[in-house]
Amino acid sequence: MKDAFGIPQSLLVLGGTSEIALATARRLIARRTRTVWLAGRPSPALEQSAADLRALGADVRTVAFDALDPESHETVLGKVFAEGDIDMVLLAFGILGDQARDEREPLNAVRVAQTNYTGAVSAALVGAGALQSQGHGSLVVLSSVAGERARRANFIYGSSKAGLDTFTQGLGDALHGTGVHVMVVRPGFVRSKMTTDLEEAPLATTPEAVATAIELGLRRRSETVWVPGRLRLVMSALRHVPRSVFRRLPV
Amino acid sequence: MSADTVSVSGWGRTAPTNARLIRPRTYEEAVTAVRGCGTRGSIPRGLGRAYGDAAQNAGGTVLDMTGLDRVHAIDADNGIVLCDAGVSLHRLIEVLLPLGWFVPVTPGTRQVTVGGAIGADIHGKNHHVSGSFSRHVLSLELLTADGEIHTVGRDTPLFDATTGGMGLTGVILTATLQLQPVETSLMTVDTERARDLDDLMARLTATDDHYRYSVAWIDLLARGTATGRAVLTRGDHTPLEALREGTRARRDPFAFHPSRLPAPPSFLPERLLNRRGVALFNELWYRKAPRARTGELQRLAAFFHPLDGVPHWNRIYGRGGFVQYQFVVGHGQEETLRRIVRRVSEHRCPSFLAVLKRFGDADPGWLSFPVPGWTLALDIPAALPGLGAFLDALDEDVATAGGRVYLAKDSRLRPELLAAMYPRLEEFRALRAEVDPRGVFVSDLARRLSL
Ligand SMILES: Cc1cc2nc3c(=O)[nH]c(=O)nc-3n(C[C@H](O)[C@H](O)[C@H](O)COP(=O)(O)OP(=O)(O)OC[C@H]3O[C@@H](n4cnc5c(N)ncnc54)[C@H](O)[C@@H]3O)c2cc1C
Ligand SMILES: NC(=O)c1ccc[n+]([C@@H]2O[C@H](COP(=O)([O-])OP(=O)(O)OC[C@H]3O[C@@H](n4cnc5c(N)ncnc54)[C@H](OP(=O)(O)O)[C@@H]3O)[C@@H](O)[C@H]2O)c1
Repeated sequence: MKDAFGIPQSLLVLGGTSEIALATARRLIARRTRTVWLAGRPSPALEQSAADLRALGADVRTVAFDALDPESHETVLGKVFAEGDIDMVLLAFGILGDQARDEREPLNAVRVAQTNYTGAVSAALVGAGALQSQGHGSLVVLSSVAGERARRANFIYGSSKAGLDTFTQGLGDALHGTGVHVMVVRPGFVRSKMTTDLEEAPLATTPEAVATAIELGLRRRSETVWVPGRLRLVMSALRHVPRSVFRRLPV
Repeated sequence: MSADTVSVSGWGRTAPTNARLIRPRTYEEAVTAVRGCGTRGSIPRGLGRAYGDAAQNAGGTVLDMTGLDRVHAIDADNGIVLCDAGVSLHRLIEVLLPLGWFVPVTPGTRQVTVGGAIGADIHGKNHHVSGSFSRHVLSLELLTADGEIHTVGRDTPLFDATTGGMGLTGVILTATLQLQPVETSLMTVDTERARDLDDLMARLTATDDHYRYSVAWIDLLARGTATGRAVLTRGDHTPLEALREGTRARRDPFAFHPSRLPAPPSFLPERLLNRRGVALFNELWYRKAPRARTGELQRLAAFFHPLDGVPHWNRIYGRGGFVQYQFVVGHGQEETLRRIVRRVSEHRCPSFLAVLKRFGDADPGWLSFPVPGWTLALDIPAALPGLGAFLDALDEDVATAGGRVYLAKDSRLRPELLAAMYPRLEEFRALRAEVDPRGVFVSDLARRLSL
């Protein structure tokens, strides 16, 4: 169960090697989290992530999960929930893709869309259903500022996040009053392995900062969290910039 | 019997969860509800005055017992009452006072049920004399997980597991209580100020035994040499002979008309209670108290339940809700108490008056909270940054000193500390495993702390 400050005792991470998710897990373990499930594609990195969290004193298990195989989601996640209540599901998987290549190779573009959007739709619905029958829990979804407005440089990724973001907002409304809390997290540029090859954007932040914002959001039962918080203002301004101008902005 | 899926929370309004709320109107309906509860079990609930998650059951059933609220029989000669567990202490007082009897123990609010009073084994200002609520329970009827109703007498394991058992042994349906005789509905009260914590403890130690009721309100925002300054109010029921012949009070000695203000609106801004406002309030209240006054006549409600005058006062903490932290440490652990008071005051928690009391002998309930020593209770807005870690540190101190926190107020304890705080926890778990092998009775508190 969550405590008075919204801190979960059990956490299920979808995308178990995500740097943002692992920073969040570390932070929550330092407070109350004792049980962690890392769901992801089996790999040494996944096992290493589990070992690292174990070293902090949590009981950590890994489970094979592929966002691109939605048929399996019900079974895979069902098994996790059957082992005990999950107080928080953190949906963290996602791929950035390679915009230039993906424009040339539509099947690659589709993979980005399927991972970030349809895969997430399936996993979030399964997770939300399980939380609803528990009567409590938080579903935290890592969206992105990239979904706020289409950008020439990454609109394939951006459009998948736009879909995910809209979907998650709607799901939050659908679950309002069921005891389940849904929170959309919109980070800007985060320094993680996803972005190592990219040039840093303004207001760049860290996985740890995202983790801090998530902890605060849990306590306040926020529905939307921007990281850094200043992005909320920046984006609400950018939203109104005419397209002809926006196109030429170096963002 | 009505059933609705609703959001349920405790008085502190933190961590709400959803459950099917069933309000039985007969014992049979209660039996049916317990037998028919699904895999996520059920938990009885009274008036929801526990601050945390004790009377919540996410995804399962919550049995609202306030629909079973009859007073069955009163033995006015011997002061014994048999009533349903859903009866509130408010109602009992209304019924019993004119007959010359008062509830044996009352908490800081009358809006609790007899079931909740037994489930949390509550204490009042008379704990140092009268012990906790369970001491006055002669017997009770308990609906257990098998769907049967048992009469449970004193000095049995099931009785001691149920008193303070937070509803986890079964649903109390009725209770037989021994009452306190009174001659009037007034209280004779002595008030004095204590300039700091040591002064306060010295006064309580020296003269508490002269009074049936005693409590001290501490200003935890006072710092430096004033740390722990307090106002002590102690007293007893006023005897009839103390009321002058011919006065209205003498003609109607059992008058009981508690007044109520309108409730604060349901939505209030988060930071209504800032530190400066609270500090100012505490300051004024300390200054206003007489340095020493004796023999003042007060109404029952003003003495015992000042907060009941403002319904839903918990809303002043806004949407984020609040946490009440209450612990007890034994005699001889005064240094721990001093340290905690100092830390709270240095941490500048915007805490309205906190309450300090000296407990007397413990009662046998396995998870019953009071043990002889010092108990301190304070309210803190849950939104205060860093509060979780701060209270965790206090817990460590309390546990090291052999003390404990009060489950009826808890919403955040680190589960690992529970066994140290409640040495009979294992027996409690074993008894539950025996009488409730399928885990029919379960609450959010029980899940959170692995009770
Ligand atoms: C303003 C205020 C002042 C307070 N002052 C004090 C005080 O001075 N001393 C003190 O000890 N406490 C105090 N409390 C706490 C309060 O007395 C306890 O939490 C009490 O248990 C509340 O009773 P309730 O009927 O509201 O029960 P709830 O809060 O609904 O439930 C509390 C517990 O009792 C169990 N329970 C309820 N009914 C039954 C039943 N029929 N059978 C079995 N279990 C049942 C529940 O499962 C739950 O675990 C105070 C609370 C408030 C709000
Ligand atoms: N970094 C940023 O700048 C940034 C900004 C805004 C939003 N976000 C979002 O935040 C989330 C986490 O990002 P991060 O920075 O932590 O990146 P990361 O470390 O690269 O994590 C991405 C995770 O997604 C997993 N994943 C990819 N495809 C998968 C699939 N088919 N099935 C299961 N898991 C899959 C990866 O697992 P493998 O180990 O198996 O590859 C990895 O665990 C992502 O959704 C991302 O879009 C990131």
